[in-house]
Amino acid sequence: MEPLLRMSGISKSFPGVHALTNVDFDLMKGELHALVGENGAGKSTLMKILSGLYKVDEGDIYLSGEKIVNTGLGEMIHHGIGVIYQELNLIPYLSVAENIFLGREPKTSIGTIDWAKMHAMTREVLSPFKLDIKPQQKVKALGAAYQQIIEIAKALSLNAEILVMDEPTAALTGHEVDRLFEIIKKLKDDGVSIIYISHRLEEVHLLADRITILRDGERVITKQRGEMNNDEMIKYMVGRVLEEQYPRYDSNPGDVVLEVKGLSKHGICEDVSFSARSGEILGFVGLVGAGRTEIMQTIYGYRKKDAGEIILNGKPIEIKSCQDAVLKGIGLIPEERKQQGLVLGMSVFDNAALSVLDLYSTLGVLHRGKITDEVNTMIDSMNIKTPSVRQLVVNLSGGNQQKVVLAKWFIRHCDVYIFDEPTRGIDVGAKVEIYRLMQNLAKRGAAVIMISSELPEAMNISDRVAVVFKGRIVKQFKKGELNEEQVMEYSLGLHEKRRA
Amino acid sequence: MITMEKKIDWKQLLKNNGILLVFFLIIVGLSIMSPYFLTVTNILNIIRQTSIYGIIAVGMTFVILTGGIDLSVGSILALSGAVAAGLMKNNDVAPLIAALVAIMVGGGIGLVNGLLITFGKIAPFVVTLGMVTIARGLTLIYTGGYPISGFADGYRQLGGGYVLGIPIPVIIFLATVALAWFILNHTRLGRYTYAIGGNEETVKLSGINVRFYKSMAYVIVGIMSSLSALILTARLNSAEAVAGQGYELDVIAAVVIGGTSLSGGRGSIIGTLIGALLIGTINNGMNLLGISPYFQQVVKGALIIGAVILDRLRDETN
Repeated sequence: MEPLLRMSGISKSFPGVHALTNVDFDLMKGELHALVGENGAGKSTLMKILSGLYKVDEGDIYLSGEKIVNTGLGEMIHHGIGVIYQELNLIPYLSVAENIFLGREPKTSIGTIDWAKMHAMTREVLSPFKLDIKPQQKVKALGAAYQQIIEIAKALSLNAEILVMDEPTAALTGHEVDRLFEIIKKLKDDGVSIIYISHRLEEVHLLADRITILRDGERVITKQRGEMNNDEMIKYMVGRVLEEQYPRYDSNPGDVVLEVKGLSKHGICEDVSFSARSGEILGFVGLVGAGRTEIMQTIYGYRKKDAGEIILNGKPIEIKSCQDAVLKGIGLIPEERKQQGLVLGMSVFDNAALSVLDLYSTLGVLHRGKITDEVNTMIDSMNIKTPSVRQLVVNLSGGNQQKVVLAKWFIRHCDVYIFDEPTRGIDVGAKVEIYRLMQNLAKRGAAVIMISSELPEAMNISDRVAVVFKGRIVKQFKKGELNEEQVMEYSLGLHEKRRA
Repeated sequence: MITMEKKIDWKQLLKNNGILLVFFLIIVGLSIMSPYFLTVTNILNIIRQTSIYGIIAVGMTFVILTGGIDLSVGSILALSGAVAAGLMKNNDVAPLIAALVAIMVGGGIGLVNGLLITFGKIAPFVVTLGMVTIARGLTLIYTGGYPISGFADGYRQLGGGYVLGIPIPVIIFLATVALAWFILNHTRLGRYTYAIGGNEETVKLSGINVRFYKSMAYVIVGIMSSLSALILTARLNSAEAVAGQGYELDVIAAVVIGGTSLSGGRGSIIGTLIGALLIGTINNGMNLLGISPYFQQVVKGALIIGAVILDRLRDETN
């Protein structure tokens, strides 16, 4: 049978880099074909070629056996290919309907927007998804899962036969993921073909009919579902056997470094108390929106607290700004690396040096040589893949970008490091490296706090775990004391209902 | 990822250095059309005329690098020029002291701008637009609307004097360029200026006092406006309440033509120097060729838009 989509011998180079070399990829009707590989393996480039954003250097694309010549952006939408990018492309202050019909709004006879018709069309487009959202609602007010679904609905309303989904579950919580999977299955039943890019191997096993693995711009292997287990997939992805997903580490907790007592902030957190010891990793789990990030931001001085006490190395301290926190020895590695962790248009060097310029300067004049030494040493030791330290970080892959953010904080010695989702959207190989780096910080004597939405990660890497539900810590436990199901109950607030 | 051998990409080179090429062509064209153009006297004349707004453009580079804008530079110039002139003429204050006070006035207004932008969380465009009329109004109040003229020869040297055959304003201009280059590349202030323009949130979360460093950009452009005012007042031997009107246009144009991105984070002081000289050369050339001042405005506006288009092209290819 002729595949619906066939990409044959695709090659693409950027100045200095071969992004793709002679890649073959195909997709049958109603099939879900997963595309797996480390960051920088070429998945996104391949999909950007499919969406018409990039032109191929070599190779051909066939749709239902017919060769496509002109692959402009509009052209591919016209051919029924819809791409849902990892960073959602919705306009926050416009309504659901306006977002779905952007650029093709139904018009009245005098040329104004026909709102009634547009809202009716939106309801129709959304009806298969069975959502409780109105066409008039502003997209900004909706959660990440709904936004994802609106993107899907938008693509389908453009008569997409092929949907490309790039890490669709990265920003979703457990329930939302289940919801999305239901929708994906339904789409497949309706004959929609899906290319699914993900780092989460469990998802791939669950959903994919076929799996293709890319590495360093080349196709390594394509297999049917069930023909590969996790270990094999990881081996193909990284090109070597990964010793263990969660590196072992014998922690040796010392004195309490950071103690938080009764931290409260209206609408965000209530009576949060915990302590973090030198040499240990303290995990913070909970649902997205439970307030973990906000609690840490409040400690870090990014938000003003209403009440509570922060004690660092036995001394009560007052943190009024992020600057205060850093000067006192607390570092926060934020969740949104592009929006909050990096200056994308600056070089690897400038980004990594950002947190220590004050340490290596006299009257504001920088000690260039010293900074260069520090940064180069750090970048070498962290195995950041970049042609040079002068490379702009915007050109690096996600995992390497994250390492640059970490480098920035590792150069500056802090007593407390707070990591907010440090491995989100990062491939398996890079994750292990990041775990090791965090463990090294702990060994160095720092207290490490890690917010994580991946339960296996939080429970394997942390020495202790705190569960946050609606802005409060509802449970703290030592590694191994609870299982995943029990932690989930606390995260969902079910323990309260049970008690009541 | 495999690194490929490097080839010289002429198209890229042209896009990255387009302004220099344009500059070169203009110089060639003008020297053919006017024999007087390429004389030492005229060249020094161009640079001296450029100095007045070029100095302000040096300060404006800091502001635009942070992603901001300052529309009030012309009014700051008028106010600080009037203050210096008034102190010298009416209060018999020594020129050096008067100059220092003027610079404090300029820096002070810049600080007010900066604080309103950072603490008041008001857009730079709005704050400095308001400051345009506030500072102009203060100038009118202080001078009563009359020019303050006639200063000691020593002070007037600042505008008309020479050292080793080079006009003093030119020396001051080039010194500010050199100083700004040093600050932007070798101090925290400079690196933070770039970083804030690139991503303010990241800088804040890195534990850096964004408000302070952002405000400093406005203080710098305020001080530079005062410095320019001192030179202009000395050169004209008069401080007028209407001085510096419309200067913000030439100043912003010089920075933008020099390749500094209006969205912040990217640009250079050398670019600003070239941008300022380019505008100065075009002004001078059009005057030499007897082109009407009305038409000159059209050319200048087109130049600004052209420079931004060039910038956009460069952005897309990189």
